[in-house]
Amino acid sequence: MAERVPTVPITIDGVEMEATAGETVLQCARRHGVDIPSLCFLEGLSPVGGCRLCVVEVAEDLRLRPACATTVTSDMEVTTQSSRLRSYRRSILELLFAEGNHVCAVCVSNGACELQDVAVRCGMDHVRYELQAPRRRVDASHPRYVFDPNRCILCTRCVRVCDEIEGAHVWDVAHRGHGAELVTDLHRPWGESTSCTWCGKCVASCPTGALSHQGSSVGEMRHTPDMIAWLVAARRREWTEREARR
Amino acid sequence: MAAPIDLHEVAEREREEQFRTPLRVHVCHSTSCATAGSGAVLQAARDLAEGDLASSVAVSPTGCMGLCSAGPLLRVVERGGGQHDYHHVTGAAAERIVRHHADRGAAVPEHRLDTALPFFARQHRVVLANAGEIDPDRIESYVAHGGYAALERALTSMTPEDVLDQVRRSRLRGRGGAGYPTANKWALLAAAPGPVKYVVANGDEGDPGAYMDRTIMEDDPHRVLEGIALAAYATGARHAYIYVRAEYPRAVERLDRAIKVARRNRLLGRRILDTDVDLDIEIRIGAGAFVCGEETALLASIEGRRGTPRLRPPYPTERGLFGAPTMINNVETLANIAPIVANGGDWFASIGTPGSTGTKVFALAGDLVNTGLIEVPMGTTLRDIVEDIGGGMTEGHTFKAAQTGGPSGGCIPARYLDTPVDYDSLRALGSIMGSGGLIVMDDRTRMPDVARFFMEFSKDESCGACAPCRAGTVQMHHLLTTISSGRGRRRDLRDLEHLCAVVRDTSLCGLGQTAPNPVLSTLQYFRDEYEALIAPAEGGHG
Repeated sequence: MAERVPTVPITIDGVEMEATAGETVLQCARRHGVDIPSLCFLEGLSPVGGCRLCVVEVAEDLRLRPACATTVTSDMEVTTQSSRLRSYRRSILELLFAEGNHVCAVCVSNGACELQDVAVRCGMDHVRYELQAPRRRVDASHPRYVFDPNRCILCTRCVRVCDEIEGAHVWDVAHRGHGAELVTDLHRPWGESTSCTWCGKCVASCPTGALSHQGSSVGEMRHTPDMIAWLVAARRREWTEREARR
Repeated sequence: MAAPIDLHEVAEREREEQFRTPLRVHVCHSTSCATAGSGAVLQAARDLAEGDLASSVAVSPTGCMGLCSAGPLLRVVERGGGQHDYHHVTGAAAERIVRHHADRGAAVPEHRLDTALPFFARQHRVVLANAGEIDPDRIESYVAHGGYAALERALTSMTPEDVLDQVRRSRLRGRGGAGYPTANKWALLAAAPGPVKYVVANGDEGDPGAYMDRTIMEDDPHRVLEGIALAAYATGARHAYIYVRAEYPRAVERLDRAIKVARRNRLLGRRILDTDVDLDIEIRIGAGAFVCGEETALLASIEGRRGTPRLRPPYPTERGLFGAPTMINNVETLANIAPIVANGGDWFASIGTPGSTGTKVFALAGDLVNTGLIEVPMGTTLRDIVEDIGGGMTEGHTFKAAQTGGPSGGCIPARYLDTPVDYDSLRALGSIMGSGGLIVMDDRTRMPDVARFFMEFSKDESCGACAPCRAGTVQMHHLLTTISSGRGRRRDLRDLEHLCAVVRDTSLCGLGQTAPNPVLSTLQYFRDEYEALIAPAEGGHG
């Protein structure tokens, strides 16, 4: 039997709860059914705190903290909903929508898109900022998958899953700031990639319609990001059992 | 293994050499003067020293003398101690000046620079004490000015705790801009477990118009090495890196040469000065990203990865370079260490103000009579810097604002000219000390344009790792452009202010968190200029 994991008491939005020592505020909140919006976080991958949607207020801390990368401490008091946080989250979402070409009506992920879901949940009903309308080239050179950078929010889930879980490191970020973009191999077409194993974990992890299966039509694409956590858990169990047999 | 350098003997020999000729000519060969043509000046002076004036004149290239706007600068030093400075010197003028001194023993009136000017008299040089005095490429020159004496003393008669204690007593704060107490950082690294730890010198100076660190690295490279060696000794690190941006090729070249010479003289490497202390220093060259001045991005860059910041904690002193405890100090911070150890922390703490001790180097730029590199005690008022050292505004114009801290800082309007320049006073005004960029602007400057300039910089230098900084700086820049052009609406101003708060409070690293500062501070002090630009049909004032 596994040892009992120690717990620490914490308060989230005024509700006292037991957190598992070592887990993050986001993990604890989700286990208890508290909704903190996030996009770059994916269970099973290392957190990068890039989308900044999961920022929360921690009592006696002047700075906002990303819940995905903040480890719980005893008697921590966390606020996940305040008028300030709600307005910041809405603005960040507006910035993301203004940055790419997020036209839900023609998107393969319409109706099953994390970006769309979070926007609805956060009450983002319009975009105040200038639409940047970038012209980005779609990479459909891969026989099985398509990358449409117009729908990419640079959450880097694909980069991390390919590096940390598949071990291929096909994806990475090139350039910087507003010019930052995802590239495969050394900025070669995906279809010419010699490192891609066709495993599809990047596509499974994508929160938007940026990565999809070839031939998907509007609203047809269903991503399966939860499989990453299952995969990690299964691998860990396999290792534990193998260790136990030795 | 070669015998270590005998510092005393080298210093003696070098001083004798300096008294060999009745006249010594120093030619400022720092980047600014070199661009203005100091190469020809140096050549002209050398031709004389190698020709008919060989017995009376010795020539040496030196580092920055400070008054960069009047370069190339030349200094004639007499054996008796007399010193004469000249400005805007050309090759022909140099020949005339040196000949006149040699033949008649008197100064030349033309090109003469009055060193009693407040520009020189009001300065207090600690970090730049050797700039303009020594030849950066000759270790003997540094040693003759007391170089490496602090290291020798530390290694032979002080424990690491003693060195740390002197730094603690000095109350030195980080010169990179944030002002974190240096001794606290050192203590964290000293207490970190494990045999492998690193000291990193941050020479990735990137604020527009700032060149303090470049000058220190170019003009006194051994001082930086000595500071690093003392830091490594105090904290138990045996390996150090200097991270220099690629745009500073002279700094890289001189540091590289200095490291080789120091190693050859057993001031670096294994068993330094025959003690049990080892230290190796390596140079790493940046690839052009401003964000690599941020410490976690800098570490990623040294490791050969993409230079993007990562979340803190863990802080570098817990887990830094290659996973080992690491301490990152700014180059100017490290340049203060040898004088602190040599003269004692109390001496250092007696300069400046109680909360901000020591001196600060500024790259003084803008609409002033005198611009250049200055070093003043902390707590000097902005008025003293602008009116005395800077010589006031250019003819016919009045002071409007001073910008400190570059794209992370803010502006200070005329009514706060009597503010002492120290970490806490500047922060109270909504600006920051920053690394030392100080841009003075006159009444012709439009403040929304200033904000737009810095926002354009931040937009282009954002790494893109976090959404608010990557996309927010683009939108803020767009709004500032709209407002500046007179097409802005009231709503744009409101959106701009809101975005400032979003980007400041939610960005991942210091770049994004401070990028709105130029906008916020110009809005705080010059809101009327923004209001006047709002299109009248939309209900602006104009």
